[in-house]
Amino acid sequence: MQTEIAVLRFGLGARPGELAAAAGDPRAWLMAQVRAAVPLAGNTPLAPSDQIFIELLAARDEREQMKAGVAAGAAGEAAAAPVFNPVREAYLPHYRAQVLARAQSAALTARPFAERLVHFWSNHFAVSADKGAVFGVAGTLENEAIRPHVNGRFIDLLMAVEQHPAMIAFLDNQYSVGKDSELASLAARRGARARAALPDKPAREFGINENLAREILELHTLGVNGGYSQSDVTSFAQIITGWSIGGGKGRLAGGTPGRFCFRENLHEPGAKSFLGKTYHEDGLRQGEAVLEDLAGHPATARFIATKLVRHFVADDAPPAAVERLARAFHKSGGDLPTVYAALIASPEAWDADARKFKTPEDFVFSTFRALDMSPRQPEEVLRSFELLGQRQFTPGSPAGWPDTSKSWDGSDALMHRVLWASRVAGRYTLATDPVDLASSSLGGYARPETVTALRRAASSSQAVALLLMSPEFQRR
Amino acid sequence: MRRSHSALTRRRFLTGSGALAVSAALPNVLFARTGGSARLVVVILRGALDGLAAVPPYADPNYASLHRELAISAPGAADGALALDHTFGLHPSLAFLHERYSAGELVVFHAVASPYRDRSHFDGQNVLENGLAKPIGTADGWLNRALAALQRGGGRSGERAVAISQNVPLILRGDAPVISKSPQMTPDIDEELLSRLADLYSKDDWFSARLSEAVQTEKLADEGANPAGQAAAPKPAAPDRVGGVARMAATLMRSEGGPEVAVIEASGWDTHANQGGATGALAQRLAGLDKALRALKEELGSLWPQTAVLVVTEFGRTAAMNGTRGTDHGTGSCAFLAGGAVRGGRVLADWPGLARTALLDNRDLRPTLDLRSVFKAVLNEHMRVDARALATRVFPDSNGARPLQGLIRA
Repeated sequence: MQTEIAVLRFGLGARPGELAAAAGDPRAWLMAQVRAAVPLAGNTPLAPSDQIFIELLAARDEREQMKAGVAAGAAGEAAAAPVFNPVREAYLPHYRAQVLARAQSAALTARPFAERLVHFWSNHFAVSADKGAVFGVAGTLENEAIRPHVNGRFIDLLMAVEQHPAMIAFLDNQYSVGKDSELASLAARRGARARAALPDKPAREFGINENLAREILELHTLGVNGGYSQSDVTSFAQIITGWSIGGGKGRLAGGTPGRFCFRENLHEPGAKSFLGKTYHEDGLRQGEAVLEDLAGHPATARFIATKLVRHFVADDAPPAAVERLARAFHKSGGDLPTVYAALIASPEAWDADARKFKTPEDFVFSTFRALDMSPRQPEEVLRSFELLGQRQFTPGSPAGWPDTSKSWDGSDALMHRVLWASRVAGRYTLATDPVDLASSSLGGYARPETVTALRRAASSSQAVALLLMSPEFQRR
Repeated sequence: MRRSHSALTRRRFLTGSGALAVSAALPNVLFARTGGSARLVVVILRGALDGLAAVPPYADPNYASLHRELAISAPGAADGALALDHTFGLHPSLAFLHERYSAGELVVFHAVASPYRDRSHFDGQNVLENGLAKPIGTADGWLNRALAALQRGGGRSGERAVAISQNVPLILRGDAPVISKSPQMTPDIDEELLSRLADLYSKDDWFSARLSEAVQTEKLADEGANPAGQAAAPKPAAPDRVGGVARMAATLMRSEGGPEVAVIEASGWDTHANQGGATGALAQRLAGLDKALRALKEELGSLWPQTAVLVVTEFGRTAAMNGTRGTDHGTGSCAFLAGGAVRGGRVLADWPGLARTALLDNRDLRPTLDLRSVFKAVLNEHMRVDARALATRVFPDSNGARPLQGLIRA
């Protein structure tokens, strides 16, 4: 079953011929995939995040003008008019294209293990499109920050992610302002003058927002039990004040529009203590130095190892495998291919009986691959994930989608899978014997009773639905 | 055998496919009939609700200066709080809850928290749901363990609880069987396919159990939505997600032999930036919640007098507004217990105050009541779960959290 495990568990499910291609040396087949960047397979054109952010700024202006117009016009008429949100309208085509491109890449890629790793890291560094401000750029983080670094060093991946405008916007850091920053001091002086003139007007106060700092520690590096305290969170939040996005208005003016930018005037000046170490004032470098230390911290190695083992081996990550990966991470200085090699060398990952229940993503992508199809319209993908409960780029929280069976295995969820499978099967033209399809998609995992059921199926579409809903296809 | 098969019918499942053998993978009837027993709905607000906005302590001398533009004004002011007593009010978006308060059907708890004292959403939600003092240590939830205790005590067997979701959240996971059902419509699936799947799953216990649960739940939802003798009326599409979820919970609970316990989840409470005050982002969320609770009462209809609805969140938020007109992760928050079965019209709060020295870690509302004291009281007084089981199996190591008394009408 080594070949099946390489293709079905490490990969994204077998395309026709893929099991045969991996059969000679499944481990070498995997290792060959984890070198260099992992660009999208397929050819749906995507706009880069900076361009999308620039469109967003224009749409925000339009929204402001609309609001002003509504306020000036007849209120009753405006209330009856359908709600048009320029920001959403500007974002929507980008979101749809990103979802389609991702699904096509998963369906077509010849490097499915590398593609799964892209998905893994994208979920580790989750941004969620249900936040209006990142709806249209949520998918760009995966393509721009993760795909180039997935087979590189962890620190480069981490830096690219935390300095990606989608992450900055998702966790609110662009507005986080040091209390003693230039901007806050200036505002305080102006406020004092204004109060002298208008004593009742409250002073505008600036301060930090802890969100990004906390989630970097809890979710991206050390893990929740990684040994940091509330004061470390607060201190780190001060250290990364000024990590922002270029091209805004007012206090966010300046910088290259839509790109990460460091705003010195928002940055809390001075040396700061974090995890018992003092970081001297160094502007942007102060935060980068913290990220470098976090990337090299043993708690980070252990946390990443645990998540990788949970994803590739079992919900309850076997400690021996975690230990092996954590050591590889630490000794290699976070060289990710070395960590992946340790994963591939772990016997626990090759247990033919220990299979994970597929997430909706796994199910949809492996179906595309098994049936050798690639979606052509965003709707096909959007509707599928809406139905199956995993709207793309929308985990709803910075923790990403859960990676354990219990989170996906409800009876209602199963019924939705049956419905989806029967719809897909109903549109699919089966060109081969369904038993051959079982063999090309499941190899040795196809059970005799499934083969019998496929032979006895009343129609070819029923056979395809039965195959997709068979217990062995629902696990990886 | 015939009779139990017809009870398993998912809509017309099997009726048109007599030629196919009905698989043993579909076991016996899942729901027994119940009389006028208690109903419990638990609403989990994921993301940490700002209790100081939902239940503003308007009379606290430090409230307005800390919460600044996020603070809700005293009752009587423009956009002011809905009055509860001389200290606390309700956010102006919570009109339905305020009606329940006036009707004596709402207890408002304040300065409450689970035993969790750090500020991770995910660990916080684990503790809220696993019933322990720490985030790890068990893979099941306190509500499931309470149901298991009822069944060990000779209570009704089978699935007594439903998660209104495609999947079961931690609070309901465990040995006692539960079902899940999302409000999203699953149009009729080809019956013959289902029947053949039942056969295909016969050697896989896990899949066969899930399929039979799903089939049974569909049937309940159909019956509840369309009771015998009434014509099916097409429902308007749910205008908001949590409202649809609440309606689905009520529909299932109303159906004959339906579950007595339901869990609903609502997310989007993590208001780090631009939280708003009497209007704005959080106000809209609260209005959605309020509307959903109203829908729940309307749909439960005659069951409302025997119902208790518990609304909880994983922790509260900072007492002071942060630098981005929002609030960061905190500790103490509020909770609600509403329903016809509730002895309400009261605020239960041992108020620690918001003075600098009173705050936890100089930043958070200090909790003075353990949420498990509320959970135990509701489970014991309302659901009749044995007090000893509550103190041991359901909430291990919870001696410090003694059950409150008199939350439920005698």
